[in-house]
Amino acid sequence: MYVVVAGGGKVGANITRSLLDMGHEVTLVEQRRDKIEQLEAEFGHVAMLGDATEITVLERAGIARPPDLVLAVTGDDEDNLIISQIAKEGYGVPKAIARVNDPRNQQHFDLLGITQTVCATSGILGLVEHEVPEHGLVRLLELRREGLEVVEVQITGDSPAAGKRVAGLSLPDGSRLVAVMRRGTAEIATGETVVRPGDQVVAILKPGLEDRLRKALVG
Amino acid sequence: MKAVVIGCGRVGSAVAIQLASDGWDVTAVDEAEHALARLGGGWRGGFVVGHGMDIEILDRAGLADADAAIVATDGDNTNIVIGQVVQKRYGIDCVVVRVLDPLRADFYAKRGLRTICPTQTAISFLLEAVRACDVRPREATGAS
Repeated sequence: MYVVVAGGGKVGANITRSLLDMGHEVTLVEQRRDKIEQLEAEFGHVAMLGDATEITVLERAGIARPPDLVLAVTGDDEDNLIISQIAKEGYGVPKAIARVNDPRNQQHFDLLGITQTVCATSGILGLVEHEVPEHGLVRLLELRREGLEVVEVQITGDSPAAGKRVAGLSLPDGSRLVAVMRRGTAEIATGETVVRPGDQVVAILKPGLEDRLRKALVG
Repeated sequence: MKAVVIGCGRVGSAVAIQLASDGWDVTAVDEAEHALARLGGGWRGGFVVGHGMDIEILDRAGLADADAAIVATDGDNTNIVIGQVVQKRYGIDCVVVRVLDPLRADFYAKRGLRTICPTQTAISFLLEAVRACDVRPREATGAS
């Protein structure tokens, strides 16, 4: 497949190396002159000097072919958003993945229709939450575009759900308890499954119901 | 009528001052506090310090009940993103955005953003000015 990578920092350079190793065709666009020499030394003609938010630069990188994939991974969120928009809306690139540097900008990507994003900060924060479940609720999976989340909740002795059957829990509409993990083994929850202190329960829910679900399960 | 001007440099501040004197209720937004000085001592409008990508700042500038937004920071891509966010998030129809690169200005204009391209304007005026000189072709004299 043909991939255009915009941004030749640590992320872009490493992705380019991996894609080339996998046998894909890549063009890597980097606008910093001091960086491009290093990239050319490693990648040769694959590396190209230019500002990937400029349409002429993108065209030189072969955006009109169009590539199968565009990766907008510069250190600037506005640039990544613009590159993704031009690629998808202007040239019909089937898939564009944008890097979100500042998690606060995620909402702008969502609003402007750039649905495939990767945010390292949010990812690391997710891992921290998993290790330190401060709020009692850990997000395991977030299907942003589809509007669905999978979360894990730790049940303790004083949780209102402890000792109750799943069918007897008053969970918010739009959420469902799907599995119970006990002593390292997961079981699919049925209405008859009893939730016990020490269990980790897995629930699916619509985004926005986290607080109500948490209240229903752990108070 | 309420207008929010994002980016209070030479262009933004002049637009803000002019709109205010036209009777608009104007709030200017800039990352730098000293940009307020560009609005002059008699400025009676609002001024918010912060980045236009920050929703809290946009809220504080009063975009929720604004009738127009002017986006004129010094970054094309920043302006294009803020312009679209303002248009979509606050449902403001009159959003005008400064974009220096003619190609990007044209690309986003075709997608419903009111882009203003000073570069394109300069090109047109310069060409017009040269044509207005009415220079005639020199007669071939053989020796030059």
